Amino acid sequence: MHEIQYSAPSSVAEAVGLLAASEVVRVLGGGTDLLIQLRAGTSQARHLIDVKRIAELDVLAFDATHGLRIGAAVACHRLAADPVVRATYPGLVEATTLIGSTQIQSRATIAGNLCNGSPAADTTPALIALGAVCELAGPNGRREIPAESFVLAPGRTALAPGELLVAIRVPPPAAKSADCYQRFIPRNEMDIAVVGVGAAITLNGERCTAARVVLGAVGPTPLLASEAAQALVGTTLDDAALARAAEAAMHAARPISDMRAPAAYRREITGVLTRRVVAEAARRARGRA
Amino acid sequence: MSKKTHVSLTLNGEATEFLCEPRQTLLEVLRDELDLTGSKEGCATGDCGACSVLLDGHVVCACLVLAVETDARSVTTIEGLADGDKLHPLQTAFLEHAALQCGICTPGFLVAAKALLDRNPDPSEYEVRYELAGNLCRCTGYDKIVRAVLAAAATMRDAAPRVRTGTTGT
Repeated sequence: MHEIQYSAPSSVAEAVGLLAASEVVRVLGGGTDLLIQLRAGTSQARHLIDVKRIAELDVLAFDATHGLRIGAAVACHRLAADPVVRATYPGLVEATTLIGSTQIQSRATIAGNLCNGSPAADTTPALIALGAVCELAGPNGRREIPAESFVLAPGRTALAPGELLVAIRVPPPAAKSADCYQRFIPRNEMDIAVVGVGAAITLNGERCTAARVVLGAVGPTPLLASEAAQALVGTTLDDAALARAAEAAMHAARPISDMRAPAAYRREITGVLTRRVVAEAARRARGRA
Repeated sequence: MSKKTHVSLTLNGEATEFLCEPRQTLLEVLRDELDLTGSKEGCATGDCGACSVLLDGHVVCACLVLAVETDARSVTTIEGLADGDKLHPLQTAFLEHAALQCGICTPGFLVAAKALLDRNPDPSEYEVRYELAGNLCRCTGYDKIVRAVLAAAATMRDAAPRVRTGTTGT
């Protein structure tokens, strides 16, 4: 690894100051991607800003009014270990626990999964499905952007130079709503998604009143498939509605062929997973108050 | 050579200090500076788990942690498992079940298994396999490893002090 400088600021203001002062600077969260990139020489970062000592970024908090706040330094294992988070956002927890091994779960952060900007990130479709909002701090103050606007291209995000992702905020679930995330990989565990689908469904009685369907690994960024959601709203989520949503999701997908799967296969799986994920989210929503 | 950073941490229960460069991983410092060579380097990319250590009680790959990050933290390596000459029940179970062949994955498996049993004293076979999926055995001797972890868990449960429910003492 080339020589690096290391800073561990204790406040957001200090971190933003350090980020703005250099062009070869990177935020260090769990380091499970960054340290590998540094060792392989694919990251040219010369200055690492470790954000794990900033108290505001270490917060994982839920309340029924504000929803869930995931500080940018919160590691994956903390979501799965929190019974309230598990019960409230099962789809997000499903996505989180799919990332890597126990060792990786101890370090990798949800925010890092988002900032890494991978088209195949597991938590990003789950966050977008839930309507999550990213809180950013930069030299010009704070701003918020919806999670679906955060990833711009593979490895590229909406973070401006000097900007830091402080926290991800997930709204409290509406009455009779629930989420689900599933991915397809050709082995049992620890792989990168061939396709991932996240969905959040809200019901009124048996009728679907709101839906969000998000596709992962079938485009340059996670894709919010509005047409798939529109095919569900107003229906009782019967087989015909699920089939129309699956068709719309397959249409929205823009997959490539690579070592993991050919594009046509990815498109097919997108339809299969959309049906399964929407049906499971609906099943969970029916069981809720 | 860049300036060295001073790090103070609790290492295997003892206050420890070292100097390191920011680019040095925890694994490099453990092995090359502190002579704790029990943690092994297999892949150096977080895939094999041979360098597993506990960081504030959570199992991590020491190859994916910068040594400077451990300042004021607590680190437990394989060298911290035994109590002097008295082996940890997991170490005893690995010996009794011959749960090692070449041995390079063994320290990582032991540390990861300790993290598992600290959190879940009575895991199912599925849970053991799931939780230890981040540790690779190049000899593919997984079955004996899983049996040894389950046996150690049973031994540790038997040895754990029981909560007394009766009113008569002994």
